[in-house]
Amino acid sequence: MFKIVKREEMAEGTVILNEIEAPLIAEKAKPGQFVILKATETGERIPLTMAMTDPVKGTITIIYMVVGKGTAVFRDLVVGDTYQDVIGPLGKPTHLEKVGKVVCVGGGTGIAVLHPITRALKEVGNHVIAIIGARSKDLLILEDHMQAASHELHVCTDDGSYGRKGFVTEALRDVLENEKIQLVVAIGPVPMMKFLSQLTKEYNVKTIVSLNPIMVDGTGMCGGCRVTVGGLTKFACVDGPEFDGHQVDYDELMLRLQAYCEDEKKCYEDYCVLSA
Amino acid sequence: MAEKTAKKKSVPRTLMPEQEPEVRMRNFDEVPLGYTPELAQQEAARCIQCKKPGCMAGCPVDVDIPGFIKLIKEGDFKAAIRNLWAKNSLPAVCGRVCPQEIQCEGLCVLAKKGEPIAIGNLERFAADYERDHGTGELPPKLTPTGKKVAVIGSGPSGLTVAGDLIVKGHEVTVFEAFHKPGGVLVYGIPEFRLPKEIVFQEVGFLERLGVKVDCNVVVGRTVSVDELFEQGFEAVYIGVGAGLPRFLNIPGENLVGILSANEYLTRANLMKAYRFPDYDTPIPKGKNVVVLGAGNVAMDSARTAMRLGAEKVRIVYRRSRAEMPAREAEIHHAEEEEIEFFLLTNPTKFIGNERGRVIGMECLQMELGEPDESGRRRPVAVDGSEFNLDCDLAIIAVGAGANPLLTQSTEGLHLNQWGYVLADPATGKTYKKGVWAGGDIVTGQATVILAMGAGRKAADSIHDYLTYGW
Ligand SMILES: Cc1cc2nc3c(=O)[nH]c(=O)nc-3n(C[C@H](O)[C@H](O)[C@H](O)COP(=O)(O)OP(=O)(O)OC[C@H]3O[C@@H](n4cnc5c(N)ncnc54)[C@H](O)[C@@H]3O)c2cc1C
Ligand SMILES: Cc1cc2nc3c(=O)[nH]c(=O)nc-3n(C[C@H](O)[C@H](O)[C@H](O)COP(=O)(O)OP(=O)(O)OC[C@H]3O[C@@H](n4cnc5c(N)ncnc54)[C@H](O)[C@@H]3O)c2cc1C
Ligand code: SF4
Ligand code: SF4
Ligand code: FES
Repeated sequence: MFKIVKREEMAEGTVILNEIEAPLIAEKAKPGQFVILKATETGERIPLTMAMTDPVKGTITIIYMVVGKGTAVFRDLVVGDTYQDVIGPLGKPTHLEKVGKVVCVGGGTGIAVLHPITRALKEVGNHVIAIIGARSKDLLILEDHMQAASHELHVCTDDGSYGRKGFVTEALRDVLENEKIQLVVAIGPVPMMKFLSQLTKEYNVKTIVSLNPIMVDGTGMCGGCRVTVGGLTKFACVDGPEFDGHQVDYDELMLRLQAYCEDEKKCYEDYCVLSA
Repeated sequence: MAEKTAKKKSVPRTLMPEQEPEVRMRNFDEVPLGYTPELAQQEAARCIQCKKPGCMAGCPVDVDIPGFIKLIKEGDFKAAIRNLWAKNSLPAVCGRVCPQEIQCEGLCVLAKKGEPIAIGNLERFAADYERDHGTGELPPKLTPTGKKVAVIGSGPSGLTVAGDLIVKGHEVTVFEAFHKPGGVLVYGIPEFRLPKEIVFQEVGFLERLGVKVDCNVVVGRTVSVDELFEQGFEAVYIGVGAGLPRFLNIPGENLVGILSANEYLTRANLMKAYRFPDYDTPIPKGKNVVVLGAGNVAMDSARTAMRLGAEKVRIVYRRSRAEMPAREAEIHHAEEEEIEFFLLTNPTKFIGNERGRVIGMECLQMELGEPDESGRRRPVAVDGSEFNLDCDLAIIAVGAGANPLLTQSTEGLHLNQWGYVLADPATGKTYKKGVWAGGDIVTGQATVILAMGAGRKAADSIHDYLTYGW
């Protein structure tokens, strides 16, 4: 059993933070790695990135967007409740190296995934420019954390309710126009990563993305998480989740993410009716 | 009465009652219902108690087959199960899943006349009887040695090692990556063939004996083998199975609606997706399902698809019926459940619609040519035989490979060209000091009983090591 020691709503009802006791995992986890959690006996196994870890306290922190039944069940847990199962750390850690100037771009809850990577890239000596975006002001998370983890922070919202109006891709284009960038790390919704990778390709800047296909075991045993990268099939849970953004088949990933759409929708609606 | 029938040569094998095919093909309850004590004694009485029993030569763990059968015949079921346990710690499982026709029953003297003793059924009976009527009494344990052993993987191989070493007085911890113990017995083999309750009872039994079962620990990630030694474990057994799904590597294989059998069966069994939405994990429900491959895994997938409401389920296999590797009983059950067999058929490409979902396959008709390295006749494509096969769900069950997650994060192990761990077949010792391995991660996907046999040998060797040194 894995106890929740802290809970915050970063955006009301939709973006939730849980700090969970998981000492073995906290000790091992590196930036870029994820865990799989299952709340109850009948629950689904849900992959989430560790946004923060505290090896001293023995805790890990996850930040997630409520999108379906699985994450809605998580949302309804309070401090003192437990997750029945937490498995990890899974996936390959981020490759950390001093390369010079790096731009870290995060969209939506992707910012949670991006934050520990941003901090680590700064710690190894890179100059880090961060660009974060959300649909609107109330959905923007971790602004303070990202400020601290980077040298320079740009904020965008789709509706202009905060920061610059528009998509993160536009802010990135300005940066690429004006500065010589060695690496871009982009994490967010699949369409954002797709368009952003097209943009950095124009400027010939190496780009790393973190993919989020549907997973079951997270240990390379089911192949459910397969993605096409550079024409080859990869298992995101063990070969990734980070890949060369210029090589990823995003359209296939988007289709595969819809695999259970109808079932999931029904399951979520039933849960919302029950818990209303 | 029983005495008399035993002497007549033509007494037929006692059939085990089963759910009717048209009923069971839509439910997940176990198919064979088990013998009553009367039926078991009737079948046991057919055994002619050979002086040189052929049957035993076919059992990889040397079960005293005439011995336990005699005890059943005499009605001493408690003694029968004790006899079985001496060689086989999971008789309720083996009685259900061993490929008896090529093992014990295949070598029974009565097999020549086509009516071997139903050894598997009797083994299952003795174990089920004990579960329902037994005292749950624990076997005696030797004095604690204070030595700690780590077992990685809770499949039949790891569980055997744990059971053998705990009674010898060692402290045993089993580490399992999944959230439930049992390995393939829990995530792979479906409920209708092996009720999960049986596996959990077996694990519960080991826990009552003192074995610690630590789930949610992915060795190689959560903790490494070398760290286990640092934590004070003196011996490590690797029984992580062959958990890497093989795909066909043909175009279109990443379309939605194409799953590895591992994924499909894990969703159905471990995650209980057949009870969606009571359980949250979904599973694709195809109307027109194809299953590629013809082993046990393929039969399990096909029969699961039927139970999930398919209208049509087809096994597509590139060789002929004679080469199908599944247990005879599974093939027979599948046929009874209206699974169709598309033999000598090789898919070359998957076809998708505009939403990226699979709608069919392009196939080639095959014919059998010269024998290959495995001694089986090699299938060769017939020129110009292309044809299309419609489907809305395809399950790939063409075998499994070695999962590299643990082996590549552990220094000092030697692997063969396919990534399986090299271990001494007599002892299970690997090239790394203090580390043993066995089961599917050494042999490639094999059988439950072979994985258990390897576990038993390794347990003996580990015990020697803890007593006398490497
Ligand atoms: C390695 C990895 C790390 C992740 N890290 C985070 C994180 O830090 N924060 C976070 O909010 N989310 C993260 N995700 C996504 C998260 O796992 C999914 O949002 C979650 O599984 C949805 O479950 P659900 O039952 O609530 O929704 P469902 O009912 O399963 O799905 C609702 C909708 O979300 C889509 N969906 C389903 N599964 C996924 C998935 N795996 N990824 C994206 N969309 C999905 C479906 O298409 C559907 O439309 C990560 C995913 C992966 C694979
Ligand atoms: C669907 C299916 C049907 C089958 N039907 C039959 C049958 O009818 N008869 C028969 O005899 N055989 C059958 N088999 C084969 C048989 O199940 C296997 O040969 C047997 O289970 C192998 O046992 P094992 O202990 O080596 O490994 P497994 O049973 O595979 O168990 C390995 C365990 O190790 C865990 N693990 C893996 N990596 C790690 C790690 N890094 N850290 C911690 N834990 C880890 C896994 O999660 C798993 O629980 C079938 C197999 C399948 C898949
Ligand atoms: S363990 Fe398997 S092979 Fe051995 S006697 Fe029992 S059923 Fe036959
Ligand atoms: S070979 Fe057949 S008849 Fe002979 S002892 Fe074995 S089970 Fe009985
Ligand atoms: S989640 Fe099963 S292989 Fe990646």
